[in-house]
Parts: sequence; C-alpha cells; structure tokens
Amino acid sequence: MTVILDPTNESVPVSRQITPRSGQVSGVVGLMDIRKPRGDILLDELERLLADRMPEIEVRRYAKPTFTKPCPDDLRAQMKAECDFVVEGLAD
Amino acid sequence: MADLPEFELTDLDGAPRAFPTSNPSLICFVKEDCETCNTAAPVIEAFANAYGENANVWMVSQTSEGSLVLKDRHGLTLPILDDSDLKTSFAYGFDIVPALYWCPDGKTPEMQFEGFVKSEWQDVDGKISAALKSGPATVDWDALPDWRPGCGSKHLDPEIHDRLLAEAEDSPIRARKIDIASADDVAEFMFDQGFSDGLPLVPPTPERVMRMLGGTSRSPQEVIAEMPPNMGEATIEKIAINAVMAGCKPEYLPVVIAALEAVCTDEFNIHGVMATTMGASPVLVVNGPIRDRIGMNSGLMALGTGNRANATIGRAVRLAIRNIGGSKPGGTDRSTLGSPMKFTMCFAEREDRSPWAPLHVERGFKAEDSVVTVFAMTSGPVHIVDQESRAPDEMAGTLGLGLESMFLPKYHMMPVDSLLVVCPEHIDTLMRDGLYEKDRLRARIQDVTKRPLRDMVADEVSGAGMTRAAAANLSDEQLANLVPKFAKPEHIHIVVAGSDAGKFSSAYHGWVTGAMGSQSVSRKIEEV
Repeated sequence: MTVILDPTNESVPVSRQITPRSGQVSGVVGLMDIRKPRGDILLDELERLLADRMPEIEVRRYAKPTFTKPCPDDLRAQMKAECDFVVEGLAD
Repeated sequence: MADLPEFELTDLDGAPRAFPTSNPSLICFVKEDCETCNTAAPVIEAFANAYGENANVWMVSQTSEGSLVLKDRHGLTLPILDDSDLKTSFAYGFDIVPALYWCPDGKTPEMQFEGFVKSEWQDVDGKISAALKSGPATVDWDALPDWRPGCGSKHLDPEIHDRLLAEAEDSPIRARKIDIASADDVAEFMFDQGFSDGLPLVPPTPERVMRMLGGTSRSPQEVIAEMPPNMGEATIEKIAINAVMAGCKPEYLPVVIAALEAVCTDEFNIHGVMATTMGASPVLVVNGPIRDRIGMNSGLMALGTGNRANATIGRAVRLAIRNIGGSKPGGTDRSTLGSPMKFTMCFAEREDRSPWAPLHVERGFKAEDSVVTVFAMTSGPVHIVDQESRAPDEMAGTLGLGLESMFLPKYHMMPVDSLLVVCPEHIDTLMRDGLYEKDRLRARIQDVTKRPLRDMVADEVSGAGMTRAAAANLSDEQLANLVPKFAKPEHIHIVVAGSDAGKFSSAYHGWVTGAMGSQSVSRKIEEV
C-alpha cells in the first residue's frame, strides 16, 4: 500500500440552499456592474425597463472596482443588507 | 541519564517484550549484515547464558529475515526482538550498530555504547556481574578483536529515516494521508483525483515530502498566503507536497515559495490571471546566485525543455495554484484556448551575457540577492527573427516591430506589459558601438511602432480598434497624431537569455496590466 499526502487545501465547502423563488419581484433590486466593457449599457437598459414596467420597486446600482478581482467583502455585505434581488452583468 | 524510550516488540516466538520492565535489562540493537554485529552476537548470547535468569538480555534486530539468519548462524537462544519497522531504533536515536544499553533498574541506562570496543564490552560484563552478583559471562575475550567499527544503523538509511521522521509523533506532517490500495495504480489514482495538470505526477509520499521540506528553514505550518479562488491556506507543507508532485528537488523549494508569495499578492492578482478567458499564466524569471546553485538554465533552450529546475519550479507553482487555490480548467479557469505556459513557464536570466543590470537589480534588489519576478502573460514566447541587422538602431527597430504584434498589430497605446527576452547575438549587435541603454531600447521600440491614430480605427480589413463613431468625433489633425505601441515605455520589461548562437529573440505578451489587472511582482528568495 502506498501512502500519499493530500495536495489540496482539504477544505470542505459549505453547501448552501438557493433562496426560494417567490415568482414575484418586489422591494429593492440591485444591479451589479462587474466593470466589464459595456456592462453598464446593459444594466442601464435593464434599469430603464424595470422603471417602466415595475415602478413600485426600487433599483440600486453597484459596481465592482475591477472585473479582474473578486467582489470586495464590504460590497457583498452591503448588497446583501440592502437588496431583495441582485442582477449581475457578467462578461462583455 | 534519562530514561530510555518505551517499546513493545515481539520475539521470534511472537511473545511480546515490553520496556521498561522491573528486571535489570541489557538491550543490544543489531543488523544482520553488519560484520561487527556478528562479532558481538556470540558475546550477547554468552551474557544471556550467564545472566538470563535474573535479567532480560535481549537482542533487537533491525530486519525480520536477519533475526532468523543471526539465530541460525550463531546458534542463538536469547530472545531476538523484531524492530523491522525501525521505530524503536529511531526513538533510541543511536547512529551505529551494535548499540548496547545496560539498565540495572529496567529503565535508565547505566552504561551505553555503540560499535565494538572490547574494553567497553568487558566493562559492561563486570557491571552486570556486580549488579546481579553472578557471572562473569563465559567469553573468550582473547579471541575477540580489540576494536571494530560498527555499521550505520538501518534506521538512518535516507529513505527509511525520512519515513520515520514523517511518522514520528512530533512529525511536521499535518496533511491528510491518503492510503492507496496496493491493487490501485498510484499514477492513475492521482489523475482520477484531479491533482494533475494532465501530465504524470511524482507521488507525494510522506518521506518525499519530508525531504522536500528539508529545502527550506521555514516552518511547515507557516501559512504564506490564502490562495484564490478558494482561499486555500498555502502552508509550506502543502507547497512542498505540490513541489514533490511537480518533480522538484528540495533545493528548488525556496524559489517555489517565493514565486507563490509573489503571485498571491493583491498586485499580481492570481485570481484574475487564472480566471480570464484570455488565458493568462505566471511567467517566472529567476535572478541572482541561486540560478547557478540549483542548476537553472538561462542559456541554450532556456525557455524550452530539458532543464529540471526550470521545468519543475514553474510546474510546482501551477500545481499549487490548482490544488491549494482550486483554480481548475472549466472551474474558475475559463481560458478560451489556454497556452502551454499553463503547464510551466520559468527561466533564469543570463546575467553573465547581459550588458545591463540584471532584472532584479533594476527592480531594486542587490546583485547578490536571489529573486524571482512574476509576470502575468497571455502569450509567448513569440519569436522576433532578424539575421540581417548589423547596426544597433536597426536591431532595436526590429525588436520594436516584433513587439508590435502584441494582441493585434493594429492596437497601439496599450497599457499592457510585455517581457522581451533578447538573445546574446542580438545583444552583440545592439552593443556594437558601445552600451545601448535599456531606456534607449525602450524609446526606440516606441519610436518605430508609432502609427497615425487613423490606422487604429475599425475598417473593412479589421473591425477591431477605435470605433468608427469615436473616430468621427476626431479632427483630421487628431487622426494624424502618431501613437506608439505601448502607453508607457515602462511596460517594456527586458531580460537576456539564450545560447550564444542564433539571432532569435522572443517576447511574452501581457494581460490587463496595472491596479485593475495584474502588476509584475518580485520576491527575494530565502537563502538556505
């Protein structure tokens, strides 16, 4: 029998349940721009459509400092505290 | 003297023999293939005959087959204990066999020695005889040599000693041990577990990892970084495991550690470098005395195959990022095409053939420091061929035109790093009329790549570049402005490598450079 040592970080990821979908959009919707080129154009249009069709919801805009790095913890926590829904514009 | 380590071993009849005991005890460790042990064996047997009724007289054998051979060869009747796993020998910590311990109280040695010095063996006979008020043993001392050196204890064989260190109670090994059944193929198992970059791996056995850890003086449990994307704790031990798998020698480990410290900085941003669809990867350049000490290649084939240090240091860094950080193709590594640099890309600068300060000195280190510098590069090495230029400015112009191909020749004013590797023959041409400073080379590169802004506008040949709409807002005069390849000359990093023959330089092309992407980082390598 050969014994080898585990080369990985040995972490056991926490499995999380996705939040139940209510079928309704209400409250605060966050629009997150990861700062890829033209992501803002997409989100501007989405904001316009939301304001048009769902005037009762509030839209808040967020942006990562750069698309090349993970979202800062503070920003993640802020969005979690402030939003009921978040739409993130990925890629260009 | 301190009490001797405890043990419980079995004799040839399978009976357990435990130490310490309430009886006076004489314990002698032996190895069958040691000539001196064979000289001592009949003496120990004589001690057993003389004192065995009132004392434990035990021979401890370092191999199980050797126990039987010794018994038959010398007609032994005393208990021969099996220490074939060598853990007791390791715990006792002697260097030479035979190693003898006389403990009149059954736990603390009154006398101990190694090898065969007749007077010592006679002394111990006298001491036992006095303690037990019997004997002395019947030994023909005159027939024995005065002195024989012993042999190195089997537990000190390098392979065995490293395993014993790894298994010892105070072992620095903390990583999970994975038992691979003998029916399984170790190489296939490691592929199946996803540890590999696609090439075979060296199995990271505890003894190999122990030897690898010998390459650094840093604590195995020191965490050098939380490595993205999974923020895995990069301990020295985990890095050593990946270095073993990559095929590194222990003396390469400090380079691997320094390179990983560099890539795990916020400036380098390994998360983005690995995640980008553009397919970036770290390129490692090593400077300073360690290059020669560990046999790195900066000359013929420096960017290619055949040198273990170059190949395995770069690979160890990539394997660590994969296994500790968790960046895997199809997971967070989203490269459209990737590149062979994702296996490994590491070389040394050929400082002896460079007319300039070496890269690390240019970046603020001392010449006698050993330093690794990491660049996030998306392609390369891309050749720049010029066999005709004979004048320095012609040569510098060629290098500029070669770099213009970065990403797309049309793109200019790029805030992106490149790493230019100038070959010795091109250096000779550049230096024909005296020192051609690096900054002059950078300026020449910028100068020969200047094109009118108009050439950068999207057109029917290529839709890339400045949009037609943006260009429509500019005047003819503005569109006639000349713009160089690089936004700043500092984006052009220059080193020297390659063999003396051949007029072929090469370049690596960067990724998103700067605070928004990745910045090159240098780290001093530990002196061991």
